[in-house]
Amino acid sequence: MPILEVQSLSKSYRQAGGETTAAIGNISCRVEPGEFVSFVGPSGCGKTTLLMTIAGLLAPSAGRVMVNGREVSGPPADLVLLFQEYNKSLFAWRTVLGNVRFGLEARGDHSQNAAGKARSLIDLVGLSGFENHFPWELSGGMQQRVAIARALAYEPKVLLMDEPFGSLDALTRLELEDALLGLWTKLKTTIVFITHDIEEAIYLSDRIWVLSRRPSEIVEDIPIDFSRPRNQLSTRAEARFMEMRNKIYRQISNPAAK
Amino acid sequence: MNGRYNFNWPGWASFVFLLLLWELGARVAPGYRLYLPPISSVIGALGQLIISGAVGRHLLATLERFLAGYLIAAAIGVTLGILLGYFQPLHNLLGILIELLRPMPSVAIIPVAILTLGIGDSMIVAVTVYAGVWSILINTIDGVRHIESTLVDTGRTFGLSRSRILWQIILPGASPYIVTGLRIALSIALILVTTAEMIAGGKGMGFYILDEERSMNSANMYAGIVIVAALGYTLNRLFLALEGRAMKWRHGMMAREMA
Repeated sequence: MPILEVQSLSKSYRQAGGETTAAIGNISCRVEPGEFVSFVGPSGCGKTTLLMTIAGLLAPSAGRVMVNGREVSGPPADLVLLFQEYNKSLFAWRTVLGNVRFGLEARGDHSQNAAGKARSLIDLVGLSGFENHFPWELSGGMQQRVAIARALAYEPKVLLMDEPFGSLDALTRLELEDALLGLWTKLKTTIVFITHDIEEAIYLSDRIWVLSRRPSEIVEDIPIDFSRPRNQLSTRAEARFMEMRNKIYRQISNPAAK
Repeated sequence: MNGRYNFNWPGWASFVFLLLLWELGARVAPGYRLYLPPISSVIGALGQLIISGAVGRHLLATLERFLAGYLIAAAIGVTLGILLGYFQPLHNLLGILIELLRPMPSVAIIPVAILTLGIGDSMIVAVTVYAGVWSILINTIDGVRHIESTLVDTGRTFGLSRSRILWQIILPGASPYIVTGLRIALSIALILVTTAEMIAGGKGMGFYILDEERSMNSANMYAGIVIVAALGYTLNRLFLALEGRAMKWRHGMMAREMA
């Protein structure tokens, strides 16, 4: 059974003038447990809308989303969405430890060893020693690590990530990609990732869905079979990596593509 | 700025100079002693009041009324502010009322309070609550509206109930604004307690100051004013100390952004 299933989903907005804008045309897809899948698409193609709808933060205009066999009608308990803007989603009034503990508290874990669990997660994302720092005392990359640890503390079956590394510098980005793959391998969480960085999507994913301009639809379903663990140098240097990149790039940049 | 406490010599010098000028003026024109007794006699009166404890019950009454009124105003202002800031229909319902009542000088409500509540403690506390609640309410509403929607969405995706979102995300998220409102309300509440005591109440610092004036004990009257000033100063310092602790994260964050 797929852990996540999107069935004929569409989403339109009513704008201030009364006009309706179709953000998502008609999207269907299924994600198996433990998979790492990515949506790639041109900017403004409704990627964030899609993820917000899957996360139950927006209601679909038509179609439905199933998580773990249950239809989504609000934020599902087995799923958490990680935002791109870590500086807006972390709690500035909580320390690193407090932010990660929030993930545990949210699912009702107020136990004695909650602090211990939070500490080991902080260690896992490479932030030992920063437990008592406030988020704003950390660099962008470190803040996003806190947000990842907080999300993992919630122990979601599905982790949705909305361009999580989009506002980080190139080197930090590569570093976090590898950190994320390490965590994913260890924890077996299903990850649905959104990015406009084609190479990032290829590097991380088991499967890529290429989205068209809005109203967005899936125009291509590309399985990625590079062996794991992947390597920032050798994986990206493979000839097939370049082929895939070029193919997806042409699809996204071609204005005729529906 | 370094951590060392810098003593402001020029500021204190001008203050002492003013006191000396006062003393000198009072001695040069002894005919005006009723209006302006020498500062030395005011200090003497103050010393006697402190030693005899004669002013103690007045100070205590003022402090009790102030604390009761201020804390009730804080509870109402923060609770209502969060609800009004979060639920737009509720704001639509009460927004106009708030906009119309808020600009009215709060002392104007005193006669109404006397009519309905009499001249006891409850009247003074009620007036204090009324006066103090506005800045807390308005600032809390403002604070709730300035919260990043991502912050609320974070709470939602983590499966928080609406009340937990209000309590765990909206309240701390709006706290910088709430604190501003609480600080403004502090001085307003003290003004209203003192004013109301001058009109009714039978005790309290406001009553004491006016009573000594009517008894032509101007040295005592000034001593009372000094005590009220010291009370205001102390409460403000206390507030800042508590705020500094509770909002440590915020101050660090602001300092970081300025740098």
